[in-house]
Amino acid sequence: MKKWTYAAAAIAIGGVVAAGAAAVSAEDKPMLTIDGETFTTHVKVPDDHPLAPEVISGWEYRTRETQALELDDFQNPAFLAVEQGEELWSAVDGSEGKSCESCHGDAAESMKGVRANMPRWNEAANKPWTLEEHINSCRKDRMGAEPWKWESSEMLGMTAYVGLQSRGMPMTVQTDGPMASWIEKGKELYYTRVGQLDMACANCHVDNYGKYIRADLLSQGNINGFPTYRLKWQGVGSLHRRFKGCMDQVRAKPYKRGSDEFVALEAYLASRGAGLSVETPAVRN
Amino acid sequence: MKSLRSRYIRSALAAAGIGLFAGIALADEAPKYDVVDGGIPASLTGVAGNPENGKAAMLNRKGGNCLSCHAISALSDQPFHGEVGPTLDGAADRWSEAQLRLIVANSKAVFEDTIMPAFYRTEGLHRVADKFADKTILSAQEVEDVVAYLLTMKE
Repeated sequence: MKKWTYAAAAIAIGGVVAAGAAAVSAEDKPMLTIDGETFTTHVKVPDDHPLAPEVISGWEYRTRETQALELDDFQNPAFLAVEQGEELWSAVDGSEGKSCESCHGDAAESMKGVRANMPRWNEAANKPWTLEEHINSCRKDRMGAEPWKWESSEMLGMTAYVGLQSRGMPMTVQTDGPMASWIEKGKELYYTRVGQLDMACANCHVDNYGKYIRADLLSQGNINGFPTYRLKWQGVGSLHRRFKGCMDQVRAKPYKRGSDEFVALEAYLASRGAGLSVETPAVRN
Repeated sequence: MKSLRSRYIRSALAAAGIGLFAGIALADEAPKYDVVDGGIPASLTGVAGNPENGKAAMLNRKGGNCLSCHAISALSDQPFHGEVGPTLDGAADRWSEAQLRLIVANSKAVFEDTIMPAFYRTEGLHRVADKFADKTILSAQEVEDVVAYLLTMKE
């Protein structure tokens, strides 16, 4: 009888302690909520997924200070790029006398969901197109304007502005049909060791996420926030710039922005991170 | 007189050319060593390692950069020790000198799937940036120095 009482008391105390701990951690851990909308930063995935049990947004790996910058659009420095993109949306350019708006109208309507399923299969080009390629195709073929350079402020502004129209929507790239082999190719690249340091993307972002490498906390390398404002860059940068940065760090010869290799990597990572909310334009360090 | 001087200059240039050629040949030569029982028993240089130089090579972010992944209590004055690899405290208790030499030179020969770079290897790598092509991360003497420092890691 006495024994039972002790056990019950222990369970009761244990329960109180556990409840207390849960309450503290829930309070301590902010949610990614912007303008009252809560984003999905954790996605449960089946055991055969490389990131099982959960796919986790890079937002969760950042410090409270960096996270706070993304929670408020007035604090988020990427919104300078968004503003530029918004201006360019209605700016006439090229021989046809058109702007983006001439054909696409209100971006909030027409561009909603576009970023969420990039890169997207293009039948005529017989390859997946990134958001950058869609934008430049419009500029060349419909506007008669010069294509923008991949990392130009115009392109970053436009991809940030168009991407913002999908913010909060789940990443849902096409994975079947002709996309399947590109995703497979991207996966192969993700697991291939390169450079003098002889490292694959997966060595850090699959095998060691959640651990510190020097002062940096390794994330899973998800891409739902791009283009993103990076504190290290003191500016907004493209996903392919980030790919190049990692390859430089392992002392490898990087692929070019917009190359088939980087498009394949983008396709693979989009499929691997399916279900995470688009956070464009995110803030990272 | 004039022809003598020009002959002198020509031979000096030739000597410099040979020196240069020898330098390139040396850099292109892939590291060679004998692996015996999971270790490299022989020194890579024949010159005893200097632990102080080894510590410097380990701290150098463009060199060993060991703290990137490993914590070392003896270097606790340095900020931000990584968590990717095991602590190096007590490394000399766990491994022999020959084993440590192989782990530093080419850790994949010991731990097949490790993330750890091979610090003294040029073969079997892919897409190495031109700047680093055919170069090892550490020189042979730096490997010896690092091993000498690791041998002081006893608990």
